[in-house]
Amino acid sequence: MCQPKQIAVDDPRFLELDTFLKKLQGEKGIAMIALQKAQQLFGYLPLEVHKHISAFTGISVAELYGVSSFYSQFLLEAEGKHRISVCMGTACYVKGSQKVLDKLCELLNIKVGEVSSDGLFSITAARCIGCCGLAPVIMIDEEVYANIVDLNELEQILDSYRSKEAAAVTVSVASADNKGEAEDLA
Amino acid sequence: MRQTKTRNKIHSVPFSSGTEAMKGELKLELEEKVPLVNLTINGQEVTCPESWNLIMAARKAGYEIPSLCYLREINENSSCRVCLVEVARKKGEAFRMVTACSTKAAEGMVVITNSTRVRKTVRLNLELIKANHNSDCLSCIRNDNCEFQRLCAMYGVQTSRFTGAVREAEIDDLSWSIVRDPSKCILCGRCVNTCKAVQGIGVLEFSKRGFETTVGPAFGYSMKDVNCLYCGQCIEACPVGALHEKDQIEDVLKEIENPDKFVIVQTAPAVRAALGEEFGYPIGTAVTGKMVAALRRLGFDRVYDTNFAADLTIMEEATELISRLKNNERLPLLTSCSPGWVRYCELYYPEFLENISSCKSPQQMMGAVIKSYYAERVGVDPNSIVSVSIMPCTSKKTEANRPEMEVDGLRDVDYSLTTRELSRMIRQSGLQFQELADEEADSILGDYTGAGVIFGTSGGVMEAALRTAADVLTGDDLEDFEYSEVRGMEGIKEATILLPIDGQEIELKVAVASSAANAAKVLDAVKSGEKKYHFIEVMACPGGCIHGGGQPYVPARERIFLDPRPARAKALYDEDLAQNERKSYKNSDVQELYKRFFGEPNSERAHKYLHTHYGQREAYPLKEDDSSL
Amino acid sequence: MITRTRTSWENISNLRRRTLTELEQPEHFRVTVGMATCGISAGADLTFEAIRQEAERNDLQDISLEITGCIGLCSFEPIVEIYEKGKEKVSYVKVDPVKAIAIVRQHLIGGEPVEEFTLRGFLREQHEKKQREAEAHSYLSHKLEPVTTTELDSRSKDLVIEDESEESDLAGLPEHFIDLPFYKKQKRQVLRNCGYINPERIDEAIAVGAYAALKRVLTEMSAQAVIDCISDSGLRGRGGAGFPTGIKWSFAAREKAEEKYFICNADEGDPGAFMDRSILEGDPHAVLEAMIIGGYAIGASKGYIYVRAEYPTAVKRLNIAIEQARELGLLGDHIMASDFSFDIELRLGAGAFVCGEETALIASIEGGRGMPRNKPPFPAAHGLFGKPTIINNVETLANIPAIILNGSQWFRTIGTESSPGTKVFALGGKVEHTGLLEVPMGITLREVIFDIGGGCPDNKKFKAVQTGGPSGGCITENKLDLEVDFDTLKAAGSMMGSGGLIVMDEDNCMVDIARFYTEFTVDESCGQCVPCREGTKRMLEILERITGGHAEMDDLDLLEELGEHLQVSSLCALGQTAANPVLSTLRQFRDEYETHIRDKQCPSHVCKNLLGYIITANCKGCTKCARICPVHAISGKPREIHEIDLDVCIRCGLCIENCAFNAIERR
Repeated sequence: MCQPKQIAVDDPRFLELDTFLKKLQGEKGIAMIALQKAQQLFGYLPLEVHKHISAFTGISVAELYGVSSFYSQFLLEAEGKHRISVCMGTACYVKGSQKVLDKLCELLNIKVGEVSSDGLFSITAARCIGCCGLAPVIMIDEEVYANIVDLNELEQILDSYRSKEAAAVTVSVASADNKGEAEDLA
Repeated sequence: MRQTKTRNKIHSVPFSSGTEAMKGELKLELEEKVPLVNLTINGQEVTCPESWNLIMAARKAGYEIPSLCYLREINENSSCRVCLVEVARKKGEAFRMVTACSTKAAEGMVVITNSTRVRKTVRLNLELIKANHNSDCLSCIRNDNCEFQRLCAMYGVQTSRFTGAVREAEIDDLSWSIVRDPSKCILCGRCVNTCKAVQGIGVLEFSKRGFETTVGPAFGYSMKDVNCLYCGQCIEACPVGALHEKDQIEDVLKEIENPDKFVIVQTAPAVRAALGEEFGYPIGTAVTGKMVAALRRLGFDRVYDTNFAADLTIMEEATELISRLKNNERLPLLTSCSPGWVRYCELYYPEFLENISSCKSPQQMMGAVIKSYYAERVGVDPNSIVSVSIMPCTSKKTEANRPEMEVDGLRDVDYSLTTRELSRMIRQSGLQFQELADEEADSILGDYTGAGVIFGTSGGVMEAALRTAADVLTGDDLEDFEYSEVRGMEGIKEATILLPIDGQEIELKVAVASSAANAAKVLDAVKSGEKKYHFIEVMACPGGCIHGGGQPYVPARERIFLDPRPARAKALYDEDLAQNERKSYKNSDVQELYKRFFGEPNSERAHKYLHTHYGQREAYPLKEDDSSL
Repeated sequence: MITRTRTSWENISNLRRRTLTELEQPEHFRVTVGMATCGISAGADLTFEAIRQEAERNDLQDISLEITGCIGLCSFEPIVEIYEKGKEKVSYVKVDPVKAIAIVRQHLIGGEPVEEFTLRGFLREQHEKKQREAEAHSYLSHKLEPVTTTELDSRSKDLVIEDESEESDLAGLPEHFIDLPFYKKQKRQVLRNCGYINPERIDEAIAVGAYAALKRVLTEMSAQAVIDCISDSGLRGRGGAGFPTGIKWSFAAREKAEEKYFICNADEGDPGAFMDRSILEGDPHAVLEAMIIGGYAIGASKGYIYVRAEYPTAVKRLNIAIEQARELGLLGDHIMASDFSFDIELRLGAGAFVCGEETALIASIEGGRGMPRNKPPFPAAHGLFGKPTIINNVETLANIPAIILNGSQWFRTIGTESSPGTKVFALGGKVEHTGLLEVPMGITLREVIFDIGGGCPDNKKFKAVQTGGPSGGCITENKLDLEVDFDTLKAAGSMMGSGGLIVMDEDNCMVDIARFYTEFTVDESCGQCVPCREGTKRMLEILERITGGHAEMDDLDLLEELGEHLQVSSLCALGQTAANPVLSTLRQFRDEYETHIRDKQCPSHVCKNLLGYIITANCKGCTKCARICPVHAISGKPREIHEIDLDVCIRCGLCIENCAFNAIERR
């Protein structure tokens, strides 16, 4: 479950990337295809992945980064499964959204733009999301949470996502068990 | 016995498959064999080759067309839009605005380079650049030789009507050699394509896009931690002050003013061939005597010449070559004088590290000798000596700071300055350089031979080594010791030298490569077994040290018609000719040094002071996980 | 050799005959579900699945259930159509899974159409509901809130009833989409197969004529004859600039090179435009066929389709189409045993609008940053990997097979003299019926916006229409009768662009529109050339000053100077056209700009910073607004008229929404 910040050198996804890159050997103009494949495998394109592609293709890390930072679909940093946007519009700000933001960072032990260690959340500071009457508000994915006056609420909100996630894991484990049973039966 | 050499270069598989990124100069005079076209520029008839663009054609007609991003055959993306001119394909046709750099001259074309419309457009583009350019010119290292500042002055752009956001800019001055100031960057791409096309490396690249575009290494890394050679070719390419050497003038002046310090300076061969350009001399004027005089006036306690150490290097390296040839081990021997090249090998070709000569570069040898042999002989406390070098090179700054470049806790070289820094020191001191009378370097480390002088140009180290090695191998004082095959500005040069040894003709195969891109070609050919050599000279900069990254700027508009390299190289070959002795082993001070201190080349003591080691390097080390903060 | 060729093409002909019968006279039921991106987002995938499972449960083996592309009217999705031998086609609209099950049971099993779910049934229901509402309102007008119908319903209402007096005439309700006013002035040439065939089945494409043009080209025509035919037809590139396609091809054809490339530009990026997506999702084989023909004409053996990664459905269908064409020998080595070989590879974009510019697109396929380069040299001479390259837009290509089959003269009978053929537009903004439409060139904008699109909703006054997206300009009322083609639009200070039409009414602030498009360009500028990188940003900053209320009159001159400068001095078309939205609004709505600056007012009440909030004499001093204001900008004693401190006010509008006495106004 825990998503480490750095991708291990022996991560099996590198092998898969190598297999893909080997097929492209000798072809022209592969930087973009390589990056697209890597993003598909890793979900984003950290420095490790750039270095790996660079070593394989001979294209410099800076040149690859020139490409990956040019196109908006390439992600250079991991995103959490759920994006928490804290509205920092004037209305929310005067109602204490900075405190909300600080509290969230504290609870998740991350800074704005980072991903929590369990990979579940990332935090962004958003411009006015147009719910001034409900200030201060945060948005998790598409869901709006209003009037966050009591900062203790935040923990509960986060917990609701965590327990959903745990439930999903249980279900998949359960279904895997069932599958096992089915195979046993067969 | 007379020496015989093959006169024909052996090009079994020629290297020149791709275009050389660093082309020589164009001649303003026309050659007859190229197809010519006639066109009208600002009402004047001009005839020029059809391959010329309008910037060149206009220059021939006597007009400068302003440009910022254009660096002939290296950066031709026509992105600055400052060279816009009005063009009609034929007389009578409508005029259109096109960029002169990207438009070829054509028969019957009519060009206007200075109409009100053109001037207004150019001025507005300059104004737009200015709005996002840190225009604190007075404190800028390029003040007075900035290409952008010059154009703004030409077009009367003093202020910009545009206010608003400016590029976020953090100065990167963490490396020993190069400072990158994005607030000055005008995103012309000259450095990007120089690094990519000339060096084949790609340290600097455009990243992000639109108004957010920046130039630099990936992921905001400092140039300290990436695959940079610190060759400084990007600095030579930069039209503004966005890339420059790490200036250490003040540190050195402080040492000079400290009465407890004994400050010794050495100057590399290529410095004398270019320093004069900063003081109005034509390119290719050697100013050795005035340079020595200026250094004395600046307050250096002793002025020495790195040429001395170049001769010393040859003693060590030629001996190493002969020993490897005899034992047939670790061949080809690769030279080690160019710190940019050494770094390149450490980063990209670690499998060749054991082939590189273990000799320190002349700069480091000089420093080591100064703080040991010299200190001992003149009775100065080596701890009080400050060792300064003047180099045509920015990579030398990093080399001087490599941790292993010290003996018994004494750093070989304390400060390494570039030719440009020296010129600024001289100007800031108020010295009238042109009025100085020539002086000579101080003795006991001041003598040098012609072989030491030519170190400064591509092929020079090779030739110098061959002069000594051939004599040692043949046991003769050969008269025909000029090796013209390895001279010249070609990126890769090859030669096979036949040496008569013990009644047999022995083939010595050598190659000379300058620029990292050319080094890669040669090494790849060696790796694949396609080529076999005994000895390879590599310089990181195209043409060698005379075109090093610390040399005076030659503006892009002049680089169209002017390649400074052959003229600077000629200055060195002329000085070679003028020397009494032209073979390193005949340097009397060097002979004295061996007699009194090192015994013989490659001795144990020589190894302690004059040799070093190399190691594989990793670019872009992953940063420590800081999420625990 | 000849025999082999004939045999191969014979296979294709047999396939055509066989499938055509299935399509037109299906033995049992043929059920199609509109599954373009718009359909899927309306839930067509669920509908499809419901039909499939219900049919399976009832063991309906002999129906053919097919997906199909977009028929153009987004507001009716999901659309299900049922064809039956000897009967008229039945069109069902807004079919959710529940309706789908009913349709399977009653129509497919019971043989009786479910009248109330059909197009006609839906329109009748709408009509009757409206009538009831009107009646109720007339009885109780003082006690009822104004009647609201759902947005989609209101969009559909005027499709049928143009005149209130015809309200009782239910018999005239159309049964088929083509009878709707939306379709009456259309000429669906390029889109003819979208919404009819299954785009994932090559046999259906072949049944309706795909690859017949290729057969003619490969068996009867020389490369020059193909180029002549396209040149004579007068077809011009649909991607924006309108360069004659045949001439472009001839440039590449006369280049001598070992390798040439033929690229389809499917990097459709204008906000609000989705013509190319619909074609790729509905009729991918038309594009493949055209590329093979183009490759033959210029002598290329390799083709690329550069498609936005944001179009997963189009990508999927293209991949299927390419695979199927390869299997039949229509792509690959020695196509249909001829001497001509051609293959196609897909390349996905990664989110950069500028890659729609052909040299940037080339840079992107080459794997680099999508930065345009100077022209000349043009790609036809020096393109992908330095080789001669033709880049055509999707819609341009979709025209090719029909021109080859019907001849260049036929094509010239459609459209205008200088711009023959049709044009597909994506109509959006403040117009009753948004959607995709195809009309002959030369139609007036008035016809498109009012006759086809039904005009502005809610009786709002039409203000302008933006053509050409962020590269185009706005056309005002007085130019609505302009006959639309490449040249007239250009002359009117706008451009055809790829075909987005955004209608604006009196509620739209033109300064804000200009700001919106400029913001888009700033985001999408590649950052290479000075005028575009720096200039668009400065334009945006000036526009933000104007909409923010702190601009000076001089700013207008600077804006105009900058805009004209961008047109002359930018490197590529993106920069050269980036100022069009600004310049065209500035020229036609200068007074609006001036009002913003001089009076610090936004006449359309759009620009937030310029909105004044005023409490009128209606205020009873109930203090509700003061309590609700999130930034405490309202003060006043109970039972006295309150005041708003505009320096503090953030114009969120809460006070207006909550005032029980209508005492707060925006000014």
